[in-house]
Amino acid sequence: MDLFSDFSLMLLATLRDVLPIIVIIFGFQFFIIRKPIPQLRRVLIGFAYVIIGLTLFLLGLEKALFPIGRLMATQLTDPAFIFSGAQSVTSVPGWQDYYWVYLFAFAIGASTTIAEPSLIAVAIKANEVSGGTISVWGLRIAVAIGVAIGITLGAYRIVSGFPLHYFIISGYVVVVIQIFFAPKMIVPLAYDSGGVTTSTVTVPLVAALGLGLAETVPGRSPLLDGFGLIAFARLFPIITVMGYAQLANYRIRRAKARQQQVSESDLTITKSASKRI
Amino acid sequence: MKQPLLALAKATLSSLRDLAPLIMVVAFFQFAVLRQPLPNLYDLGVGMLFVVLGLTFFIYGLEMGLFPIGQSLANAFARKGSVFWLLCFSFALGFGTTVAEPALIAVSAEAAEVAASGGMIEDTSEARQSYASGLRYVVAFSVGLAIVLGVLRILKGWPIHLMIIIGYGLVVCMTVIAPKEIIGIAYDSGGVTTSTITVPLVTALGVGLASCLKGRNPMLDGFGLIAFASLSPMIFVMAYGMII
Repeated sequence: MDLFSDFSLMLLATLRDVLPIIVIIFGFQFFIIRKPIPQLRRVLIGFAYVIIGLTLFLLGLEKALFPIGRLMATQLTDPAFIFSGAQSVTSVPGWQDYYWVYLFAFAIGASTTIAEPSLIAVAIKANEVSGGTISVWGLRIAVAIGVAIGITLGAYRIVSGFPLHYFIISGYVVVVIQIFFAPKMIVPLAYDSGGVTTSTVTVPLVAALGLGLAETVPGRSPLLDGFGLIAFARLFPIITVMGYAQLANYRIRRAKARQQQVSESDLTITKSASKRI
Repeated sequence: MKQPLLALAKATLSSLRDLAPLIMVVAFFQFAVLRQPLPNLYDLGVGMLFVVLGLTFFIYGLEMGLFPIGQSLANAFARKGSVFWLLCFSFALGFGTTVAEPALIAVSAEAAEVAASGGMIEDTSEARQSYASGLRYVVAFSVGLAIVLGVLRILKGWPIHLMIIIGYGLVVCMTVIAPKEIIGIAYDSGGVTTSTITVPLVTALGVGLASCLKGRNPMLDGFGLIAFASLSPMIFVMAYGMII
């Protein structure tokens, strides 16, 4: 019974999120475009699936993963845990005492990104549009690594207390330099994958980690230092996705060069064969 | 009848694979690092089942509903040839999906608190409320504007990297002059604007537009709308912090 009421509450919340989209789409369709939607029935069923799916997904996260994730974030940042191996609790922890936090940040960043539905959507589209050159998993893993690095660095920043904008601005510099070297095709997609990483799954867990850290690290205020992890999680995938494309490009070039060699040797074989005839 | 069932089973399996890393990470930290038993096993099991089913349904519906409608809207607008209505639609989509976003409402409330504690506004609930709702509308407006700009870029074929570099330049300049309290929130605000339903729709729209316009490459021109939508709130939120 309890589960049912939770479900209906979540369904209402999802509907409220989807409602403006539905109103806009169908409003424009009927008043401006004035043409029936092709395969309307199928589209409507699809929308129903999306709403039900999102509701179940959010409800499940809320019930299972978020409570544990949040609890973990607070436990891992708890001074009592960080000092469990040290002799005295009175000493001020250095940035290296938080190694479990960094590992957690890395792992949770990568694994939540793999589970992020909007990234799956963009990866499917990119795979379709590129005619298979960009593989769904390749893109997702590249983004996941980027988010993982970003969140780890972000956690280190909260612990060490460096100003946020130094990191972000130097990240921008790397991105701008990469633009000139990465294959042109990937650049827009790389920017987009920075934006999609931070949605339903990643944000709540990462925000809990940031707030937990900012609360327990001496000298940090949750209001000023708790923010900023999301910004890291958005910046670094851009770098890794472009890097992934550079790598893929390099491998294709090498494969092509090898193929050319092979076909050239084929050519000589047929030539000599034809001579013999 | 057998085929859809098989497809569903396959989709469920791939959802399980998507979630496996997250489950393993949580389990590892719970057992090996924190060394604690799992609380409330029943809730956990039911929750995991929901997550797997939910992801399966979502991906299923995505390819059935969201992608086709984005594509068909893009086709219809391209055939109609009315740039004005296309831009209206883009703005409505950006603004409408952002203004009601729960994550944005939460962030703007927190931002108001930061502003009040920093002495930027009076510390009364009224002042905080008006600050928060102002911020919300500013972010929603900036997302609408970003989608409009992005669609214009697809139509005109402007180079994306120049626009992004200019955007980054603006962010960096504003960071220097904006009040310190607002910077963290501004940087994070870009992340709350891209919800799970907006992203596939906007992506399908961009790719659809780029593939039915002559001389546009869907890979090169179709992507990038989301990048704009997550960059522009940073600029606008910092501007908001400077003006108020």
